[in-house]
Amino acid sequence: MLRAVAVHQVVHSPDVSIPGLFEFIDVSVVDSGRQILDGVTARIDDGGITAVVGPSGAGKSTLLRLCNRLEAPSSGTVRYRGSDVSTLDPTGLRRSVGLLGQRPVPFPGTVRDNLHAAAPDAADNILAECLDRVDLLPSFLDRVADELSVGEQQRMCLGRALLTEPETLLMDEPTAALDQKSRSALEQLARALVKDGVPLLWVSHDLAQARRMGDRVLVLVSGRTWGPAPPDALESAPGEFRAFWMGSS
Amino acid sequence: MSGPVGWIGLAISVALVLVAAVVSAVRRLGLEVSILWSSARALAQLLVVGGLLVLVIDPERPIVLSWVWVAAIVLIAADTVRRRVREVPGAFAVALLAFGIAAPVTLGVVFGCGVFPVEGKTVVPLGGMMVGNSMTATVLVARRIVAEMADKRLEVEARLALGWTARAAALPYLRAAARDALVPQLERTKAMGLVFLPGAMTGLILAGVDPVDAVLVQVVVMYLILASTATTTTVVAWGISHRLFSPDQRLKHLPRLENRR
Repeated sequence: MLRAVAVHQVVHSPDVSIPGLFEFIDVSVVDSGRQILDGVTARIDDGGITAVVGPSGAGKSTLLRLCNRLEAPSSGTVRYRGSDVSTLDPTGLRRSVGLLGQRPVPFPGTVRDNLHAAAPDAADNILAECLDRVDLLPSFLDRVADELSVGEQQRMCLGRALLTEPETLLMDEPTAALDQKSRSALEQLARALVKDGVPLLWVSHDLAQARRMGDRVLVLVSGRTWGPAPPDALESAPGEFRAFWMGSS
Repeated sequence: MSGPVGWIGLAISVALVLVAAVVSAVRRLGLEVSILWSSARALAQLLVVGGLLVLVIDPERPIVLSWVWVAAIVLIAADTVRRRVREVPGAFAVALLAFGIAAPVTLGVVFGCGVFPVEGKTVVPLGGMMVGNSMTATVLVARRIVAEMADKRLEVEARLALGWTARAAALPYLRAAARDALVPQLERTKAMGLVFLPGAMTGLILAGVDPVDAVLVQVVVMYLILASTATTTTVVAWGISHRLFSPDQRLKHLPRLENRR
């Protein structure tokens, strides 16, 4: 833990008097005897996009799921804007901290039904505005969600997550199942959300995408973290973390 | 052997079971051991139970013995549910609660309203029918809920991520599981008299009771079974789904269900 803090301070010196967006304090997650996260200590600054990058199985999704309490740490503390998440009402936290998964998960029914899952009382004009925000036409409201393309489904899921008016958005490899065109469209949408003041945590196993998207990058390898650091400081990461992208390049 | 069924009758019925086992072996269905084992086990259990029943339902014996018998049935049924969904901690308590609610309510109505006299020969068979029929549906609903939640984990978590409560997120799968578990009983109720003549009624007619009286008894039994099946299924569905979520509204990690026959 001490080493992680020390490295963190070298690469990035946040104003610790202001609560971070998320703070992980000596967080470990053990599942069925397997160590997923191993004493992670990291602070994610508020605002912009924080890319979380690492190889498959490094614990990136688990780290993200800790942020909206879909996962609970075996030990340690996760803070959201200064509050220990374990003291926050999980349903309220999840509406404030939206999540877009790796693959779209449409619910049975139409796009309207899906959007109503997030905002049951929203009128069609609100839903149409929401679709417009994610580059889908209002006519999509009556389409069966299951029959949309994967890219359209993912944008619908983003719209669904936005309908809870989240203050923060977690994106777990949201472009992994998308083609190049849909990937670019979603990346643009993400940047537009940041301009609207919604900070993002963007998980990726693609270092190029993490550099492209992230205002800062947190590297996660074998359950341990380095950073967050500006993308151009990644070369100063210790060897065990650099090995991940050196090996993949 | 004396009575309506002699050794020859028993031997013929055993031969039919053997035919079923041979068909399974020839068609490689892999059910022959289960068929033979369950048939032998049922025979042994019924012989033991028959012997004990003679003692319990004897009008000279105190009625409390019959109620103890029903309580034992409830315990065995709850344990059966537990063994079918070992993956869910606390399934025994949930099933015990379900049967513990359904048995006093349904039997209380039947006996409290004087539909049947409170005697060993009514308490034990009605309790057995009520619990036995309900148990099948509760095992079905428990297994289906665990399988659904594991299979649709992403969907459930997507609902939780939108700020739904665990109860609301589980509801669509709970409904589907409860519907599936109740369908056999509902279909049986709908087809009653048209497709098959139910056991209690057939038994009474064979014993020489007036068919109209036999029908009335059957209707009461049928409603008793339907009510208890619906009650136990609902309680078990609710209880099991509750156990699959943590207090902080997370879906727990669900192990894959073992296929138990």
